[in-house]
Amino acid sequence: MLPVGGTQIPEGRGILDDNAPLVKVENLKMYFPIYRGILSRRVGEVKAVDGLSFDIMEGETLGLVGESGCGKSTVGRALLHLYDLTNGAIEVNGHDISTLEGEELRELRPEMQMIFQDTQASLNPRMTVGSIIAEPLDEHTKLSKTDKRAKVGELMDAVGLARHFADRYPHEFSGGQRQRIGIARALALNPKFIVCDEPIAALDVSIQAQVVNLLEDLQEQLGLTYLFISHDLSMIRHLATRVAVMYLGKIVELSPRDALYEAPLHPYTEALLSAVPRPDTAQAATRNRIILKGDVPSPSNPPKGCNFCTRCPKVQDICRSLEPVWRDFGDGRFAACHLID
Amino acid sequence: MTDTTLEGKGRTLWGDVWDQYKTHKGALVGTAVFLFILFAVFLGPYIYKVDPQYLNIRVKNQGPSMAHLLGTDQLGRDMLAQVLHGGRVSMAVGVIAMAISLLVGTMVGLLAGYFKKLDGPLMRLTDLFLALPLLPLLLVIIMLFRDTLRGMFGPETGIFILIVSIIGATSWMHTARIVRGDVLAQKEREFVLAAKSIGTPDRRVILRHILPNVLSPIMVSATLGVANAIITESALSFLGLGFPSDFPTWGRLLFDGANYMTLTPARVVWPGLAISLTVLSVNFIGDGLRDALDPRIRGR
Ligand SMILES: Nc1ncnc2c1ncn2[C@@H]1O[C@H](COP(=O)(O)OP(=O)(O)OP(=O)(O)O)[C@@H](O)[C@H]1O
Ligand SMILES: [Mg+2]
Repeated sequence: MLPVGGTQIPEGRGILDDNAPLVKVENLKMYFPIYRGILSRRVGEVKAVDGLSFDIMEGETLGLVGESGCGKSTVGRALLHLYDLTNGAIEVNGHDISTLEGEELRELRPEMQMIFQDTQASLNPRMTVGSIIAEPLDEHTKLSKTDKRAKVGELMDAVGLARHFADRYPHEFSGGQRQRIGIARALALNPKFIVCDEPIAALDVSIQAQVVNLLEDLQEQLGLTYLFISHDLSMIRHLATRVAVMYLGKIVELSPRDALYEAPLHPYTEALLSAVPRPDTAQAATRNRIILKGDVPSPSNPPKGCNFCTRCPKVQDICRSLEPVWRDFGDGRFAACHLID
Repeated sequence: MTDTTLEGKGRTLWGDVWDQYKTHKGALVGTAVFLFILFAVFLGPYIYKVDPQYLNIRVKNQGPSMAHLLGTDQLGRDMLAQVLHGGRVSMAVGVIAMAISLLVGTMVGLLAGYFKKLDGPLMRLTDLFLALPLLPLLLVIIMLFRDTLRGMFGPETGIFILIVSIIGATSWMHTARIVRGDVLAQKEREFVLAAKSIGTPDRRVILRHILPNVLSPIMVSATLGVANAIITESALSFLGLGFPSDFPTWGRLLFDGANYMTLTPARVVWPGLAISLTVLSVNFIGDGLRDALDPRIRGR
């Protein structure tokens, strides 16, 4: 459990107060059971998220990067208590939401919202755009019909959708427009914290820039805090203030953006960064690309010791037997690796 | 699309549905036929004022003539009058029994598919109903309740209530299974998660997000259900468990006529045709509705 005393955030603080964590996560675990056989016996579990601890400061954008399947979406969903957590404590805006259920949790929903990865799947095909954006208002406000319609219009303006789209259905839109619908829905209740689950992954490059700019503008205007999930390191570099690197259900490194891109601590971060194409040819010529061998191990059967030991170019004996601890390296940098001193 | 209305208030959901429905030729023909049958059986007897029970043994087993447009049966009763009167009951039984079975089936399917805890018990119940020996059960039920219901609502209404509820209660299982399967698939879709993240409570997630997306199989069940109910009622009447023999229904007429098929084949053709046309038209209506209710097909 979190040490609640002293961490309560006073109401009415300024949005630029960088030192107040809006979201605190302690030892978050999310295991999905695996059932097999005719009797559906529980034969194991997928350790999609395995012991994460981090804070997200008010007004910042925490980038979360990692390969496909490493558990990024699961982190985002678990943070909003959309799953029954295996373990862990989550505090959002001073409320411990990991233990709340039902109506109490429902009342806190407006504070935290999510923008989903799959623009097509996250919008009900049988609802009009207007009613999709109005759903949060239906659930949490008692606005009259005309007020609601006006508010939906404002939201559509804010995300750059023409108001007359309100009566159309999601399939009539492009991917970028659909993502804007998702953003408008997430904004409807004036949330403080938004989990952006790869909001741009499904979009083509020119539209990616539009959506990212929109997210940035909204953050500036509304003082939003983002957890920005992506596998695109250059996009994260553009957006994030701090970056968490995930591998196989664990965060291996968490550093301020510039420090991480300048001098990565963890070998996995190093490998990821070396794979990012850079525009400046001088640097591109000198950098040595680290190519990881092998496949990511299954999250249902992670290796003993360090999760990364099967693919790490710098692997030592100790890595195969002992799990590295999460250590503070100063200047807000954290990593879990035996080889850093 | 070229809608000039700024706020888009020109489009209403049901307006759109109707626009799409109109483009479905089969559905339009189906609606016309269905309305015609409905009109014929409910208003027809006021125009064609022949008593279906009037016996005239001298004109028995006649073919179509000016006096008896569809001929007569072995007791000289007018066939057209019987078909028109019988249609009332058959249509009412078909529609109401279908509605009951649909309601029960959809409820069970939604609950079992959505709530994991209810899945096991409800599906076992469904299996139980599927495994029940229907005929002996019907016999017992009818023996037990016929007289009480007759006493309460009069002989015909009593039997009607009994038959409709029996057919409804014994035909919801397939709907339940199909709906459950579809719900299981739909509830994993991301928009359900999105609704949860908004804080939409379960009952509204079901009504707003799940139910509209499982309408197609429900529609199909509904159209099949009407046919099924009409035919089951015929079978019950045939076994002497349904309406009394002097009370015509399409199924009754069909089975009575079957004995005289070699003599007057028209006697099975007319009620048979009426049943087939009803079933077919309902099927087409269901088809059109299903398409019209799906926004992805609509507007294409
Ligand atoms: N509901 C679930 N049941 C069982 N296993 C699941 C479930 N959801 C996710 N997983 C497993 O958890 C792991 C992490 O999944 P997750 O969706 O979080 O990955 P991700 O990092 O978001 O990947 P991507 O970049 O492709 O979106 C995967 O191995 C996946 O198979
Ligand atoms: Mg994902």
